[in-house]
Amino acid sequence: MIVVAAAIGGASGCGGINQLPTLDEQVKAAWSEVLNQYQRRADLIPNLVETVKGYAKQEQQVLTEVTEARARATQMQLPPDILSNPDKFKEFEQNQAALGGALGRLLAVSEKYPDLKSNQNFLALQSQLEGTENRISVARRDYILAVQQYNTYLRTYPGKWIAGWLYPDMKVRETFTISEQAQQVPQVKF
Amino acid sequence: MLPRRPTMTGRSHIVWTVLLLGFVLRAGVAFSADLKFPPLTGRVVDDAGILSPSTISELDEMLAQHEHTTSEQIVVATLGSLQGHSIEDYGYQLGRSWGIGQKGKNNGAILIVAPNEHKVRVEVGYGLEGQLTDAASRVIIENYITPQFRKGDFNAGVLAGTGAILRALGDDAAANLHSEAQPIAQPSEINSPSFSPLLWLLLIVIILFIVSRRSRYPYVMRRGGPYLGPGGGFGGGSSGGSGFAGGGGSFGGGGASGSW
Repeated sequence: MIVVAAAIGGASGCGGINQLPTLDEQVKAAWSEVLNQYQRRADLIPNLVETVKGYAKQEQQVLTEVTEARARATQMQLPPDILSNPDKFKEFEQNQAALGGALGRLLAVSEKYPDLKSNQNFLALQSQLEGTENRISVARRDYILAVQQYNTYLRTYPGKWIAGWLYPDMKVRETFTISEQAQQVPQVKF
Repeated sequence: MLPRRPTMTGRSHIVWTVLLLGFVLRAGVAFSADLKFPPLTGRVVDDAGILSPSTISELDEMLAQHEHTTSEQIVVATLGSLQGHSIEDYGYQLGRSWGIGQKGKNNGAILIVAPNEHKVRVEVGYGLEGQLTDAASRVIIENYITPQFRKGDFNAGVLAGTGAILRALGDDAAANLHSEAQPIAQPSEINSPSFSPLLWLLLIVIILFIVSRRSRYPYVMRRGGPYLGPGGGFGGGSSGGSGFAGGGGSFGGGGASGSW
């Protein structure tokens, strides 16, 4: 009876033995989108820093902070197993969150400079940055969802058996824990 | 029934657990958030009821012609409510649920208006992000849409915004269907003289047919995973004529938002 129930459970929900690799590929695709969007944000920053510098030299501290946070985030070496390496994953997330926070402060101080706020280049950068922050949060949510499905499969029966027999090297994946609010660049109204 | 409880032995516990897990996994795969989306009844979905019939038909004409020449699907949606979500949060999920844009190309965009929340957004599919950039989307919102909305004129704002979106996509022909000077005597190939009662009736019948077919599916977001395409139960490929369906495009949060 247990076997029958397991078979029903397997047939109804799990789509057989190929389910785990399929879910794994989805996790990887979602992760590369996350990296892609974080990279996109990092690429926008030098230009933004230059533009702000032109109008608000006295904000040296915030500018340095952003530049340093960007350096930490982009220079971090990502090990191939980052998705199943809790320490490295956490470090990655913290670096990106720190950069997000620093950027938020930079945009906030920009509010004090009317000339900067009406600079076309700045406006374009700002909207690209906001758009990218939104893409990051979408990519993060997609990733969290993909990992949730993958991990649930891996940790529950019959997926646990299937993984044990066929895919012994598939590990539980890490997911984001820092809240999106903490990451978000504050919306700048103008 | 209370007396039956003692029969739940350890073994049947296992059986139930396994069955339950099968169910949970299935639920996990067919993930559904608590968002509800209005049905995709056409290229203009006036869920909030703020657009006039003439605006809707004019928009529909522009957008249909645009898709005809470029295969890009642009849709206008007004929403009665964002259901407590931010317009950014709602927007990309709406786009995925409707599957706007062609599958594989993801060349769709939605102009979303939430009059009750005073929010407007241009939601841009992956494939159009290069042409309709975030900066361009913001300029369209700030220059064409919100000034009209502030005056309370939704029709003018949506028409001007849609025209600007089409121009940003390089489609001057469709965008110029709605020129600032306005119709009076605009010779149009599409507006053939007999495009009146009978054709409208036909259109309505087709729409009703599509709507009744679709209403078998719940309008709740369903998607298997981030890159499995849209969640909705729409057939592939857009139909060229009056019936309209999402082509299966996906969205990743590109675009810009504004408020008034």
